[in-house]
Amino acid sequence: MSNDALAIKKNGSEPTYLEYDGKGRGIKSWIFSTDHKRIGILYLVSLITFFIVGVTFGFLMRLELIAPGRTIMDAQTYNSIFTLHGVIMIFLFVIPGLPAVFGNFFLPIMIGAKDVAFPRINLLSWWLFAFGGFLAVLSILLPGGPADTGWTFYVPYSVRTGTNVMLALFAAFVLGFSSILTGLNFVTTVHRLRAPGMSWFKLPLFIWSLYATAWVQVLATPIIGITLLLVAVERWLGVGLFDPALGGDPVLYQHLFWIYSHPAVYIMILPAMGVISEIIPVFSRRTIFGYKFIAFSSIAIALFGSLVWAHHMFTVGMSDTGQFIFSLLTFLVAIPSAIKVFNWTATLYKGSIELAPPMLFALGFVFLFSIGGFTGLFQGTLSVNIQIHDTSFIVAHFHYVMFGGTGFGIFAALHYWLPKMFGRMYNLKAAKTAFWILLVGFNTLFFPMFIMGWLGMPRRYYDYLPEYHIYHLISTIGSWILIIGLTIMFTNLIRSLRRGKVIQEKNIWGGETLEWSVDTPPILENFVDIPTVTESPYEYKMNEYSETEKEEVK
Amino acid sequence: MSSQEHAAAHVHRDDVGSRMGMWLFLFTEMLLFGGMFFLYSIYRYMNPEAFHVAAKELNTLIGAFNTAILLTSSLTMALSITAIQKNNKSLSLFFQFLTILLALGFMVNKYFEWTAKFHHGIYPGGEELLSRSPGEVLFFGLYYVMTGLHGLHVVIGAVIIAVMMRFTAKGIITQTNYVKLETAGLYWHLVDIIWIFLFPLFYLIT
Amino acid sequence: MDDSKSHVEHSHGYGIYILVWMALMTLTAITVAVAGINFGALTITTALVIAAIKSYLVLQIFMHLRIEQKVFRIFVFVAVLFFVITIVLLFTDYSFM
Repeated sequence: MSNDALAIKKNGSEPTYLEYDGKGRGIKSWIFSTDHKRIGILYLVSLITFFIVGVTFGFLMRLELIAPGRTIMDAQTYNSIFTLHGVIMIFLFVIPGLPAVFGNFFLPIMIGAKDVAFPRINLLSWWLFAFGGFLAVLSILLPGGPADTGWTFYVPYSVRTGTNVMLALFAAFVLGFSSILTGLNFVTTVHRLRAPGMSWFKLPLFIWSLYATAWVQVLATPIIGITLLLVAVERWLGVGLFDPALGGDPVLYQHLFWIYSHPAVYIMILPAMGVISEIIPVFSRRTIFGYKFIAFSSIAIALFGSLVWAHHMFTVGMSDTGQFIFSLLTFLVAIPSAIKVFNWTATLYKGSIELAPPMLFALGFVFLFSIGGFTGLFQGTLSVNIQIHDTSFIVAHFHYVMFGGTGFGIFAALHYWLPKMFGRMYNLKAAKTAFWILLVGFNTLFFPMFIMGWLGMPRRYYDYLPEYHIYHLISTIGSWILIIGLTIMFTNLIRSLRRGKVIQEKNIWGGETLEWSVDTPPILENFVDIPTVTESPYEYKMNEYSETEKEEVK
Repeated sequence: MSSQEHAAAHVHRDDVGSRMGMWLFLFTEMLLFGGMFFLYSIYRYMNPEAFHVAAKELNTLIGAFNTAILLTSSLTMALSITAIQKNNKSLSLFFQFLTILLALGFMVNKYFEWTAKFHHGIYPGGEELLSRSPGEVLFFGLYYVMTGLHGLHVVIGAVIIAVMMRFTAKGIITQTNYVKLETAGLYWHLVDIIWIFLFPLFYLIT
Repeated sequence: MDDSKSHVEHSHGYGIYILVWMALMTLTAITVAVAGINFGALTITTALVIAAIKSYLVLQIFMHLRIEQKVFRIFVFVAVLFFVITIVLLFTDYSFM
């Protein structure tokens, strides 16, 4: 059947985005599509691929550390493996993460638009992402060996090492550019394409978080771009900007690196917070508590998050005044995060809670993110930071935030929106089982790292003293449990795309945001007629009874 | 052909949105250079004497001349938009052409300036430069990286304006639809603004 | 409706551009002329203030910020603020070394 024929199907209904192929056929209808939904799916497939690769490297790393001394690889390989794990997980999974997949798919739908502001730039952004990913893979395979600098590319080592750092730097640069284009697109879309009646305070909270994230992407990413470019120039021409032998200051590299990379942490976590703010009201059947506070706290996190970068550098020889100011600012950033957690719990209070899989993952997020957030405060404290700097305490902390937070946020989003995207439901029981296994596996894997880090186990070390053995052993066993959980979860989700129960109802979970008012799966341009928005996104009638009661009174 | 089909799928046109997208992109450009301004200010703060000595070696006259060229090119760019708004296509094309010529003039100047420095061994890794103090090495390192990246932007800008000339000639940019020329202009003015800061920082503050 | 209106508003005459250009050239001449004079610590301030005035003119007139919607000016403000705050924080470290 030709596409023109498909444009209006026999029964008169519009084709879904899955049916309408545009000009191309097969894979071409996807990789050249400017439809925001198809681009979202392209990102989803790419991201899950990279996630599996990243998990594999993490698994190998844990396996090596199961016992002191050499287990399965030599030290140089280990250095490369932890670098790859970091680079892939950060630049190819969590940073694009939610905005690229669910932001692309749902941002236009949730604000009542047909597409993003610049559909072709959106496609370009995916191509840049794919190209960056390709370069990263190339840096692993080419002679010279994968980069062994850690994902931070600290000078002077990154200038001197003989591994393929150039390619890895270039990959990160291209990926940054892709991220900038997504951010630029989202800011413009939110400003220009909101449906009639969709005022700023009727925006779903996921959109607020994406909007704040997009600003960070636009403003902070260029700084890492130029910094990585300068490291490349340094390797190429020896300009001396970061070379102490020529007068350069390696600590200044660290400043520039973290000016982006700390806000980048908020690029990763903010959209996840947005997802949680969507899911919790839906499955508690209550209006979100403190809508404006949550909305503004997203902006506040983006703002304060940009001012705290040097807390990664307390031990590198900063001035005392600098340390004091950055420590203080670090405590400030905890406030908006705490506001969100309070509001989520307040929303749950007296709600009619339904523990469906998305809700389980959302609650898992709140639990794990709280641990991650609190331990972050430990590190923001100057004196404590000296003790735990560069230990596995830090590794545990950011995995609680990045995996327990963003990772679980992404899993929650998958369980929440995947049925909407494909019109098929996964097995609920398997999803719940996977959640509990993941939760147990995650804590078994990362909690021991808090303890051994506190006791002095340095991060990124290939070998360790026998007294740390028990913690490493437990942690490695945890990694196996985690992988079992991931396998069950992904098998269940992927299986559902082909064999899951077909669903056609629009509103699967009883949500009030716009994506639940469109067809499942959505049609080509989302809406037959652009809706006019009159209500706030979380207006849950307290219960149907009182509505009918009102009618009766009339 | 693809753009036609695209236009059919998205009849929606939003000039304000296009300009907004361009502005956001300009912010990323601004902060790209911003990262280097951070480096400059910190290194200058740490090596005031050396920066003072090194800056004297740059030719203020060429710098000032290039500033005048870029400011004038910004003028011609702005005028080309007014011309198209007044439906004067040939005048707009003339001003765009003038802008490209000025951009080329800027690059020719830059070329002579750089080659002269190269002849004296003042380039990254050059013997003469390496014999100087670390502060001077940093100054010239920043000088080459920052003016080099700026020069690259001038070249990109000139190419974009050349494309705009083609669009204008073919009637894609018209009196009622000139947002492409506007956004190209925005980009060109930003390149100018960056130079407005580079000029005093490298040539004047001695 | 909104967009068509902005078309009309969105035009400057030739005259104002030439005036601004003359102002920019004059400022350049001034900054070069005063560069020879040693104001001590004020030398750098003078040069940067003049550069800032020049950029302001370019932003407002050449880049049409003056006749653009208000949100554009807020955007520029946010971007510049981010830059300024970052450099100030950077100096809280370096100036107390």
